[in-house]
Amino acid sequence: MANLTLNHFLVIGALLFGFGLLAVVTRRNAVAVLMGIELILNAANLNLVAFGRYVAGGISGQVFGLFVIVLAAAEAAVGLAIILTIYQMLRNIDTSRTTTLKQ
Amino acid sequence: MHSEFVIFLFLALATIGGAGGVALSRNIFWSAMGLLSCLVGVGGLYVLLSADFVAITQVLVYIGGVLVLIIFAVMLTSQIQDINVSNRSMGLVGGCVIFLIVATMLSFVAIWAPWKLTDKAPVVDTTVAIGNGLLGTWLLPFEIVSVVLLATLIGAIVIARKEVKSDD
Repeated sequence: MANLTLNHFLVIGALLFGFGLLAVVTRRNAVAVLMGIELILNAANLNLVAFGRYVAGGISGQVFGLFVIVLAAAEAAVGLAIILTIYQMLRNIDTSRTTTLKQ
Repeated sequence: MHSEFVIFLFLALATIGGAGGVALSRNIFWSAMGLLSCLVGVGGLYVLLSADFVAITQVLVYIGGVLVLIIFAVMLTSQIQDINVSNRSMGLVGGCVIFLIVATMLSFVAIWAPWKLTDKAPVVDTTVAIGNGLLGTWLLPFEIVSVVLLATLIGAIVIARKEVKSDD
């Protein structure tokens, strides 16, 4: 039990993914939904690095993880820019009320 | 070995607790703090997986970049509390059912699947290996990612600029 194995990290990844999904499904605030997406990406990333360490060997998993981090940063930048624009236009970022794409 | 496991438990607690805070806290600012704890925990888990360069990148990009951006958005949109909402409990119950199903199923698969474990020792000097890989084996994805970043830059500027113009 005291030895770390692949399963430990995969279970952490699964829980992280579940919480991310929970945030995306239940939260009404668009910024919180974006946080849930970040959690999901982190879960996938953790799985990539863990598989790279315990199954594939070498650094391929880590390189994939780096690419995922870069794309997550790009996604967060564009997503937050969109959310701020919506807030400027509608004064509201509740995902159940912002149902129009333009005024 | 035992101390490594204790550290793992600590990091797992920070990660899962932070993720739970993100999903369940009604105050969006505490959600952001939960995300901070979660990202730090994942960075520590990367260190345990002997992926030091990825861990540093996680700290620099996620905590230094994405999280600050998210806190900016939280402050600027000023909807700190999740108010309103008549049927939240129903949504929360449904979300928790989805969470339980997904998490248990993924954990079950992860534990019972016969992974073909490698017995290779982890790469120790990962920065050198990753640098060589990015300019060798993974040169094409590296260049594509740089194009994606350029597109992101231009896209964010275009979105932000249009909103200023509509104000005039």
